[in-house]
Amino acid sequence: AVATAPQKMESEGKLVAVIGDEDTVTGFLLAGCGHRTAENQNFLVVDDSTAPDKVESAFKEMSGRSDVGIILINQHIASTIRHVLKDYNATIPTVLEIPSKDHPYDPEQDYIMQRVNMYLGGGQD
Amino acid sequence: MSDIPPPTRMNQQVFKGKKKAASSGHRLLKKKADALKVKFRDYAKAIAETKGSMASDTSAAFFSLTAATYAAGDFHHKVREGNMRARVRVGAGVDNVAGVKLPVFTQLDTGGGQQAESLGLTGGGSKIDACRTKFEGLLTALVKLASLQTSFVTLDEAMKVTNRRVNALENVTIPKIEGILDYISRELDELEREDFTRLKKVQASKEEKIALKKKEEEEE
Repeated sequence: AVATAPQKMESEGKLVAVIGDEDTVTGFLLAGCGHRTAENQNFLVVDDSTAPDKVESAFKEMSGRSDVGIILINQHIASTIRHVLKDYNATIPTVLEIPSKDHPYDPEQDYIMQRVNMYLGGGQD
Repeated sequence: MSDIPPPTRMNQQVFKGKKKAASSGHRLLKKKADALKVKFRDYAKAIAETKGSMASDTSAAFFSLTAATYAAGDFHHKVREGNMRARVRVGAGVDNVAGVKLPVFTQLDTGGGQQAESLGLTGGGSKIDACRTKFEGLLTALVKLASLQTSFVTLDEAMKVTNRRVNALENVTIPKIEGILDYISRELDELEREDFTRLKKVQASKEEKIALKKKEEEEE
């Protein structure tokens, strides 16, 4: 692999944003996803006291940013803004739903898995 | 169809050419649709597998986080403190598969400093490191999954479009052209028959005239 200067990589690479509960955010921040400047940050901690509007506006803001490539979101939080996600069509940023510590992975809630299973199981044209 | 093309031989050639073009276009598109279908199936399988392993990777990662918190105390807030630059980024590339441009994510490490040091704390350091490693691994898997997912969705769209075009050619365009060709050849046949009949009639009347003239000459 060619070694690229960090500055160049920063301008070429896109961020991985996280909308999740405290454990999820902490975990991915540890892994090096976190990016915070005076203008914005690429993560949101959601707990029981967080207003659903806040989640919705955070998602809209992150998905509108051109420097975000992937948005990781806990499945149970994604369900609260399902109406927004249903209409979300952009290729980038990609939305990836992940389980949380308290809510294990449920393939029935995952839109992509529905399509996959429909295709593998039912057969499509 | 509002204007019907005049049934001439030239038009017959024109529409024969159109039919040929439409048929070969149809063949090519069908091939493309089949190729896409195969790729789509591959992606669907890959996603099904990856999501399954992702579920277990995630719970392992959260488990290690709990262990780290237990050992080092609550460092949730410390991790979120202050400004930070992302150490991990993703490159959005494009891959050409069966003629369709699919988005692909690659993981980039900017090599920026780890915030590890400040989290070191008393006796929790190694557990935090273990936790970090788990989440880094999970992140890599997730980036791959994101790639698969976007490619899957894009392929799905491409397949729909291609199938729509195949069906349009099969059910609308080609039958229309064939209909026109039928019409033209029927009309041309009819014109020939009319021509033939006219010729025969002219011949018959000419012969009558000749016969009449002959009779007149004989009578004189």
